[in-house]
Amino acid sequence: MKNINLSIEIGKLKLKNPVLVCSGTFGYAEEFVDFIDLKKLGAIVTKTITLKPRIGNLPPRTCETPAGMLNSIGLENPGLEVFIKEKLPFLKKLGVPIILSIASEEEPQEFIELVTRLDKIEEVAAIELNISCPNVKGRKHLISQDPLATKEIVSEIREITKKTLITKLSPNVTSIVEIAQAAQDGGSDAVSLINTLSGMSIDVDKRIPKIASISAGLSGPAIRPVAVKMVWDTFNKIKIPIIGMGGIMDAASALEFIIAGASAVAIGTANFINPKVSEEIILGLKEYLERNKISNIKELVGSLKV
Amino acid sequence: MKQLAAKLISNKKVKGNYWHCVIDAPFIAKKASPGQFLNIKLSDSFDPLLRRPFSIHNCSAKKVEILYEVLGKGTQILSQKKPGETLDIIGPIGKGFDYKAGSGQIIVAGGMGVAPLVFLAKVLAKSKPRVFLGARTKEQILCAKELKALGLYVEVSTDDGTAGFKGKITELLRNNISSGMIYACGPKAMLKAVAEFSSGLKIPAQLSLEEHMSCAIGVCLGCVVKTKAGLKRVCKEGPVFNAADLIW
Ligand SMILES: Cc1cc2nc3c(=O)[nH]c(=O)nc-3n(C[C@H](O)[C@H](O)[C@H](O)COP(=O)(O)OP(=O)(O)OC[C@H]3O[C@@H](n4cnc5c(N)ncnc54)[C@H](O)[C@@H]3O)c2cc1C
Ligand SMILES: Cc1cc2nc3c(=O)[nH]c(=O)nc-3n(C[C@H](O)[C@H](O)[C@H](O)COP(=O)(O)O)c2cc1C
Repeated sequence: MKNINLSIEIGKLKLKNPVLVCSGTFGYAEEFVDFIDLKKLGAIVTKTITLKPRIGNLPPRTCETPAGMLNSIGLENPGLEVFIKEKLPFLKKLGVPIILSIASEEEPQEFIELVTRLDKIEEVAAIELNISCPNVKGRKHLISQDPLATKEIVSEIREITKKTLITKLSPNVTSIVEIAQAAQDGGSDAVSLINTLSGMSIDVDKRIPKIASISAGLSGPAIRPVAVKMVWDTFNKIKIPIIGMGGIMDAASALEFIIAGASAVAIGTANFINPKVSEEIILGLKEYLERNKISNIKELVGSLKV
Repeated sequence: MKQLAAKLISNKKVKGNYWHCVIDAPFIAKKASPGQFLNIKLSDSFDPLLRRPFSIHNCSAKKVEILYEVLGKGTQILSQKKPGETLDIIGPIGKGFDYKAGSGQIIVAGGMGVAPLVFLAKVLAKSKPRVFLGARTKEQILCAKELKALGLYVEVSTDDGTAGFKGKITELLRNNISSGMIYACGPKAMLKAVAEFSSGLKIPAQLSLEEHMSCAIGVCLGCVVKTKAGLKRVCKEGPVFNAADLIW
């Protein structure tokens, strides 16, 4: 088959293919030039930035777990100003849609200030609201653990920008569907599912936590079944597109998400193991469509036979 | 830095749990400088999931060598690889030693920490660096022969006195060193003692550090250490740091 169409839309965004990279696992993309043709990616989601620089949590910050890893980076980032001055120029030149991930530290109002600034930058194709980072101290709850708070912040942001808005949700909730609906009601153009699952790991010889902040976020293939189910549950209950992520390692695992209802997928931890994996997944998706004589990837979204 | 498929040329036990491996990797051999490392994928399954970092132990025109200790699953798998098998390697990674030829070079290795220092000793051989090897016991003293074969002065210390000077390597240094430039690699406690020793004498020291790494290409921000200029990534701003810049 000659004309395989991999393109998809998320809000106003038109992507040439549905393969993105997860926030926090791809830096600000410059680190990957040695490994991958960045132009081939559907879009790049950058490491979450906050208004002010954050030094993040004390080390050790990562460890390996069965088929996964824990991280507690604590949103280390250079802050908005340094990002604009030092990181954005490289991203601007790439010719790939840039989805900027942002978070607030204490006051949700920081989102407003961030979005007000970013709204003016043409090359920022979309904004991902990270209301689900589990590694920020001093917070009792995540915004994404409360449907009302989620709807409120999303709608406040919706009022001040026409850019495509994506809301990234936490799996550490009783009902992901409720939160996804709240994001949709607030005016989000899409939801990203899922951020990391809350977890911990112990060094039994020393009887100390393997991560300094004790609790951390679990990612990698270990969380994939949880993520796929959350995509499936949500797909049937919302109208906006879903970006699926959580343990995608290859084309087959990316396809699980798409068949469960994700319009796009994002590759996270797998970038650490094989930095060119996203390119391989794009190729793998194409081959799958060819093999199954499907001309448009959209036909596959939510095509699970039940 | 590149990700490449490289053929294993040999993989042999040195002694005890210590192994030596030669890899055919002309690109890395050409680019590598002492103190840099490789990140090797050891399994196609998810256990272990992440790559494992190893210092570049030696380099020739087309080959790179690593010296490793079998500790857990990853290194166990590596020790079972046979010549002819292909390894998925990323390298050379990181900022290595900032070395200069000239007199007064001092190389200090704790146990497995000798791995990157043999490469450095080879490059510095004409300057005749003095080498100090320390470990808990004789069985953990590695590479003394190779270093002597380079024509270098080598002194050994062991905590239990089974080889060389009985005591900590910093005591041995205290008896022998009053000036120069120190290049060290080894366990954290030993590096901290070397840092204190060097700052006491006001002589510069470069230390090669280890932290748990998840990506080793600078994006996950996992392997940071405290420095006077904030947290720095061992995989990118390191693994070699100036002792004076570190906060312990
Ligand atoms: C920059 C760098 C260079 C290195 N160079 C060498 C080298 O040249 N030769 C060599 O033998 N090792 C080296 N290491 C350490 C090596 O990476 C680990 O020993 C290896 O990852 C262990 O993997 P494993 O799966 O066998 O053990 P795991 O199953 O991961 O762990 C087994 C045991 O090893 C310990 N361990 C795991 N990782 C480390 C680590 N990074 N440092 C110390 N202990 C660890 C664990 O705490 C555990 O007790 C280096 C590490 C770094 C960061
Ligand atoms: C080291 C690390 C850092 C991360 N940092 C961020 C971040 O800054 N913002 C964010 O929204 N998600 C962050 N994440 C979560 C990922 O974007 C992703 O949602 C999660 O890891 C699940 O996907 P995976 O299993 O493919 O990694 C991080 C994940 C890892 C492993």
